[in-house]
Amino acid sequence: MKISNVIVERHGLKLDEYSKIKELLKREPNLLELGIFSAMWNEHCSYKSSRVHLKTLPVKGKAVIQGPGENAGVIDIGDEDAIIFKIESHNHPSFIEPYQGAATGVGGILRDVFTMGARPIALLNSLHFGSPDNSKTKSLLNGVVSGIGGYGNCIGVPTVSGETKFNSSYNENILVNAMAVGLAKKDKIFYSKAKGVDKSVVYVGSKTGRDGIHGASMASAEFDENSEEKKPTVQVGDPFTEKLLLEACLELMKDNSIISIQDMGAAGLTSSSVEMASKGELGIELNLEKVPCREENMSPYEMMLSESQERMLIILEDNKEKDAKEIFEKWDLAFVVIGKTTNTNNLTLKYKNEIVGEIPIDSLATKAPVYKREWIKTKLPEIESRLKDLKKIKLDEALIKILSSPNQSNKSWVTNQYDQMVMCDTVQQSGSNAAIIRIHNQEKSVALTVDSSANYCNAHPLTGGKQIVCESWRNLISVGAKPIAITNCLNFGNPEDPIVMGQFAECVMGIKEACEFLDYPVVSGNVSFYNGTNKKNIYPTPVIGVVGLIYHSKNKINHLLKKENNIILQIGKTFGHLHQSVFFDEIHSMRDGPPPEINLANEKNNGETILKLLDKKMLSSVHDVSAGGLLLALAEMSISSNYGLKIEKPKTLFNLIEYFFGEDQGRYIIEVESSNIDNVKKILKENNVFSEIIATVQKDNFEIIGEFKMHVKDLCTANNKWYNNY
Amino acid sequence: MNSSVIVFPGSNCDRDIAVALEKLKFKNKMIWHKETILPKSDLIVLPGGFSYGDYLRSGAIAAKSNILKEVVKAANKGCLILGICNGFQILTETGLLKGALLQNKNLKFLGKDVFVKAVNTDNKFCNKYRKNQILKLNIAHNEGNYFTNAEHLKELEERNLIAFKYCSEDGVVNEENNPNGSLNNIAGIFNEKKNILGMMPHPERMVDPIITNDNGVNLFTSLLN
Repeated sequence: MKISNVIVERHGLKLDEYSKIKELLKREPNLLELGIFSAMWNEHCSYKSSRVHLKTLPVKGKAVIQGPGENAGVIDIGDEDAIIFKIESHNHPSFIEPYQGAATGVGGILRDVFTMGARPIALLNSLHFGSPDNSKTKSLLNGVVSGIGGYGNCIGVPTVSGETKFNSSYNENILVNAMAVGLAKKDKIFYSKAKGVDKSVVYVGSKTGRDGIHGASMASAEFDENSEEKKPTVQVGDPFTEKLLLEACLELMKDNSIISIQDMGAAGLTSSSVEMASKGELGIELNLEKVPCREENMSPYEMMLSESQERMLIILEDNKEKDAKEIFEKWDLAFVVIGKTTNTNNLTLKYKNEIVGEIPIDSLATKAPVYKREWIKTKLPEIESRLKDLKKIKLDEALIKILSSPNQSNKSWVTNQYDQMVMCDTVQQSGSNAAIIRIHNQEKSVALTVDSSANYCNAHPLTGGKQIVCESWRNLISVGAKPIAITNCLNFGNPEDPIVMGQFAECVMGIKEACEFLDYPVVSGNVSFYNGTNKKNIYPTPVIGVVGLIYHSKNKINHLLKKENNIILQIGKTFGHLHQSVFFDEIHSMRDGPPPEINLANEKNNGETILKLLDKKMLSSVHDVSAGGLLLALAEMSISSNYGLKIEKPKTLFNLIEYFFGEDQGRYIIEVESSNIDNVKKILKENNVFSEIIATVQKDNFEIIGEFKMHVKDLCTANNKWYNNY
Repeated sequence: MNSSVIVFPGSNCDRDIAVALEKLKFKNKMIWHKETILPKSDLIVLPGGFSYGDYLRSGAIAAKSNILKEVVKAANKGCLILGICNGFQILTETGLLKGALLQNKNLKFLGKDVFVKAVNTDNKFCNKYRKNQILKLNIAHNEGNYFTNAEHLKELEERNLIAFKYCSEDGVVNEENNPNGSLNNIAGIFNEKKNILGMMPHPERMVDPIITNDNGVNLFTSLLN
């Protein structure tokens, strides 16, 4: 078959890219080879637009065992233990088929973690849906949440934290990001790099079907009105088989049989075999008639491009086949030697003894295109709305309205669909600043959370990029964890648009600056471009997933108020920045002006000082002040504990709306017993941390002296109603 | 006391129950579903999870597995059998317990802490609880809505074969405090001889105050009594 321009374009390749393929091959590719190039050169697999920017991120640190470039990042958490974690997007499939799209997103990220030798111990997610009044939102929300639950609940990994947000920019392109966290032994980590010639390449797991062919290419294109037709490119998940695959792989990993192992994720058999060979600077030969197939008469093209789930490729040491096969047979999984490593540096594909494709490995990997795309700096947005010109609203009225808004409402409708307790190490579930998972049989725990701030990033990507890193840092500090490292999922629009590329470049700069300052390296991540439909791009939405360490699980702290008459202090200065705030968005539908500024030195100092106070056991609760400002943070503390608060007005001349709803950064609220207050103040002063007493804990009533008084139950009612009425 | 935990492909609370049993000094063994012989056991546990993927119907395929024949034989000889969550579903599928577990009334998976009342404490499993003691336990299931025919329901009530009922924090048993739609708020039942207990809540998740609470401990210590 002659390759026409139409065929090239259908494979998502540009004509100049096709010329480059011919140049590298020194001939025309056949259809199978073209399919393989398209799978490896698409944005999703090649990072061709993002690579030059990603290279600038800090990836090293004392705790880093493995940074980006492997299936997931690996960090040292002391003793013999390592945490392996990564976040990944499954946006496009989830919009087309929400249940399966979300479920296979979870399945894929779990494989990334257990393929490296870790037992998964927690799942997290970040979900962005369109406006609640958009006709598609409700069914997408239902499908995605049940898909995420369906997979995690069945495989038996607790889904412990996440965020669910609504914004009209996602009306036609939702975001579904899933993060998996696993626990491994430091000296038992498995990599994808192949070693040695003539080693058996083994296919294990589910059989290959026709599902998901060209899934990665789909994820590398914008949607249009024909996107519904792409349903067959969405994979179907089987968490039961994944559970078997997980147990079988971990059983095989106990012994020293594995040279290298790689899951078949995006671009299936193609990317897994190329990845292994490329890292090992070897060739690989596959006999495709041996690939276990679910359907009849599958062509080499279909086998190489299928994205059927729950499959792995393993390169085995010599003489280990028999024992390995026994393990997989015990778990009723396919185990077939389908090829071997070679010294040719080629991907050689044979079908019934005939060579059907042969491509130099480097042309698929290191020689894949890299673009320095044009980008435009985003200007700091002008201020249009001023508080004095807007309709006046009472503090209590605004608070109730914000508490009952879709974005700030209690999310138990979502989290009750997840098993958060399986594995019995969940010290703290979702609904707090961060989830806490105990390391099995040990005293220490890890704290985990995911964060995003699309409004801030949209207004000013550089500031937004810094802000999310800082917010994730604050969330870890607030549960008493030492922040260690991050993984990021960068969800953006079309990179060929210089404005979008600029948003990307500047968000990455912001992330870099904050991570460097906070000594908080990026160890893994994923980029998702082309999020948009018919030229309308989503808000730039980098999502940060983070891991922190708690040395003694019993020292966990949360944001629940603990005792009447305890004193509440605010840490960090309030300036009253309302632009890009929840208040302006929810009350006045205004999204103009710049986001709040970030002062990294304050962030670091405030956070580290709180950890010092926690070390001395001087605090009863901690909460960070983020979206919604001071009043929302205080209300959250009351709602979750059923204690009231008596809040003082600021002593200086401050507009009360600005004071209570401003979103200045670097702030926390701490609860202190009156007997500790002098010591706490002394330590704060010694560390140059600004603080002020703002409230005391009381029974039942949530009040601002001289402004309003309401029962905590009324706050709960307002906070609990939206999901149940939607 | 010797215990055996049956591990099916897709079981996922098998490690959790083993940890709880060992913590409370049971001598525990894990038994793979393909085994045909059961070691001598005083207690057999069918753990939670998604045995065989729960394809067809929750617990239906596990009920036909090799090892279940041995479990039924042991049960008939009076061995203590505890089925938790998926284990309860398997027990109803085998007929060792009557009734069925339908999909939750809101048609969604439900994972949360609930309150249950220990209705019957005069048995091997609950003798360390006070009668009508209120416990906070975790549930995590999609099919936990207990259903049976009117005659059997009457028998369960009259012969005191209900182990646990869902209730409020202060013990009120009503529809408002019925998370999944179970008849008469049933969270767990016994067979006539009370050597078999099937329950949807997970007592093994409640044995460590750092994680949750210790409300599940007495179920295991009762067995040792």
